[in-house]
Amino acid sequence: MKFIDEYQNSELAKKLAQRIAGLSVRSIRLMEFCGGHTHAIMRYGIRQLLPETIEMKSGPGCPVCVTAIGDLDKAIALSHSPGVIITTFGDMMRVPGSYSSLQQARAEGANIRIVYSTMDALEIAKASPEKSVIFIGIGFETTAPTIAASIVKAEREGIENFYVLSFLKLTPPVIKALLGLGEVKLDGIIGPGHVCVITGSHPYEFIPEKYGVAYVISGFEPLDILLSINKLVEQLETDSPRVEIAYRRGVKPEGNRKALELMNQVFEIDSADWRGIGIVPQSGLKISKEYRHFDANDAFSGLLRSACNDRPAREPKGCRCGDVVRGAATPPECKLFRTACTPEKPVGPCMVSSEGACSAYYQYGFL
Amino acid sequence: MPRYFAYNPKAMCLAVPVKVVFIEGDEAETEIGGVRRRVSVALTPEVKVGDYVLLHTGYAIGVVDEVEAKETLKLFEEIIKLSEVH
Amino acid sequence: MEQAMNDTILLAHGSGGKLSHALVEKKFLPLLTNPLLDKLDDSAVFEASGRLSFTTDSYVVDPIFFPGGDIGKLAVCGTVNDLSMNGAKPLYLSLSVIIEEGLLIADLERLVQSIKAAADEAQVDIITGDTKVVNQGQADKLFINTSGIGIIPAGIDISGANAKAGDRVILSGTIGDHGIAIMSQREGLRFETLLESDCAPLNKLVAQMVEACPNIHCLRDPTRGGLATTLNEFAQQSNVGIVVEEDKIPVKKEVKAACELLGFDPIHVANEGKLVAIVEPDDANKVLAQMKQNCYGRDAAIIGEVTNDYLGRVIMKTRLGPSRIIDMLSGELLPRIC
Repeated sequence: MKFIDEYQNSELAKKLAQRIAGLSVRSIRLMEFCGGHTHAIMRYGIRQLLPETIEMKSGPGCPVCVTAIGDLDKAIALSHSPGVIITTFGDMMRVPGSYSSLQQARAEGANIRIVYSTMDALEIAKASPEKSVIFIGIGFETTAPTIAASIVKAEREGIENFYVLSFLKLTPPVIKALLGLGEVKLDGIIGPGHVCVITGSHPYEFIPEKYGVAYVISGFEPLDILLSINKLVEQLETDSPRVEIAYRRGVKPEGNRKALELMNQVFEIDSADWRGIGIVPQSGLKISKEYRHFDANDAFSGLLRSACNDRPAREPKGCRCGDVVRGAATPPECKLFRTACTPEKPVGPCMVSSEGACSAYYQYGFL
Repeated sequence: MPRYFAYNPKAMCLAVPVKVVFIEGDEAETEIGGVRRRVSVALTPEVKVGDYVLLHTGYAIGVVDEVEAKETLKLFEEIIKLSEVH
Repeated sequence: MEQAMNDTILLAHGSGGKLSHALVEKKFLPLLTNPLLDKLDDSAVFEASGRLSFTTDSYVVDPIFFPGGDIGKLAVCGTVNDLSMNGAKPLYLSLSVIIEEGLLIADLERLVQSIKAAADEAQVDIITGDTKVVNQGQADKLFINTSGIGIIPAGIDISGANAKAGDRVILSGTIGDHGIAIMSQREGLRFETLLESDCAPLNKLVAQMVEACPNIHCLRDPTRGGLATTLNEFAQQSNVGIVVEEDKIPVKKEVKAACELLGFDPIHVANEGKLVAIVEPDDANKVLAQMKQNCYGRDAAIIGEVTNDYLGRVIMKTRLGPSRIIDMLSGELLPRIC
């Protein structure tokens, strides 16, 4: 497969790993922001190829993992409303909310459909005009423009029963929050390649400028990741942290102009509630006034309010997903990992989401 | 048709490079490894038949820059050569 | 009555009365005919001696027609294969169907044709059956149960608990074909070349393997949960370690691509026409050569070996070098894959 196979060459991978080992003198700590990178690093055994001087931490780049439990409760509450069809990406189904889950709600009769794309959700809305079809909008800047495009399309085609419950989040503010927190001292960050296809590299310039942290935007194949780590080590060994694009076939400094336009058209920046971190100002997207009629928060405000009042959100006991998404703990350091918390019986989202650090560690044990 | 999505690590962050074989309005027919899929190109209006695009949740989010791709592979080779010299 | 027969299945078709009998006599019997079935007694009576094996499976695959097969073919092959994996020669099957009111009779006919074709290839007879019909919405088109009886020749002892350190692990062909054929139907993927389910009866392949090497230690077909689950079952049952090499596992390029698109790992995807064999090191090449002569073993390969390390676990040497532990499929199974 073109643009995949060439970046999996094992000979090149070994050589790149050797180069890293040759260059790396100082002990450094790197964070891979994105859950997709955590998964790829685990799957290809990248850690096993790196020298002891490099420590890797996983970040909060898993949209399912950082959705606040109260927000998930809202989606579950809406699902019980007759006349509502909930459409969602698959991973959300099994995440435990405070009292239930989408999967449990579906077993109890709620109309919940798993979709691969917002296009599917629109089709469902067109096919069931008498129902209100609500799309659970989780994701970062990679997903936000796809949701914006679906809202614009719904407007154009006169689809009036389509709504989005936006839990969309932005990556630069949460990186800023983590670096500001200073809980985990980081020397470099592996930047999320596909978020950056949309955003470009400019929004991340504050990372080296304000915090002296190196930032290399990476693709997802093993050679991409090893190349990015090479560049991070080079930057750090020469005391020259900066923003660099290693994923040049996908990311341009200015990003995807059309996608950014659509996002600006449909969304406004708002604060967002990040599980494990709390409210981070200006880190979320809510639907703008012009497209208010697609906002589930607006259309179902009464239902959402009473759901919140009836039953307050609560975190599962002993769950350390919050610590894991901040890089403050690795999954094996959580007492519930592999004991009370497994993919079959998950306690927190990190074990459910296939981009969650816990599910990656669970699946890919290395010798 | 009911849609079941058991286990999809690619759902949120990742995008797969696919080749555009046919464009119709804001949708395109794409191909990878002999598998075909219909996608939206609403986010990549500049796309042409024969381009490769990065596919994420049913949308092309960017066109793959083939020149840069070649440069990256060349870069790998250079890095390897340099390390062998030492 | 003839009019009704030509369209869809009605509740009356399952009631045991005239319509039921007409359905069996016109739609099932002519194709599946054999002396035992034709008697239409409450049970089929036959003689058999030796070590018998007995198995049962229910089939709820969705969609019921898919590239490379259908629920009928699957119902025969799946049960024939379960018998074969203990080294048994399959003899007889039962066929029990639960039909949702409204199923097109033309579809039922198509399925019975498939069942006949699969039974003929496997050389088994269907000697007893049952038909029930439930209200619309109480079954999804139709569900099938088949039970099977086979005879295990003397001197054959094949079991998941027989693996020993040093044994070789042989895989009969490409993995992931069935699961991807099903999932791609559901997800609207199309293929330039025809990617079909690998659904097939493996009893002849097994018979040839056993003839070449009566001392085969283990056999299993990696259905739900895929290759990874089957290897883990062997490792646990035999209390051994199994080491395989990622590069040696055959996967079709379309399956790899579809897995990239759908986000699956081929080692966890269901197969319906493949088997994993564990044999002594000196027998490996002989068995492999025999397998390659059968159309269902054409792509067979030695993928790994059994060790005394990592007891109960399965290790895969990945493409880039490091070895990782591969677990059974955990988390959500692909629903209604067989």
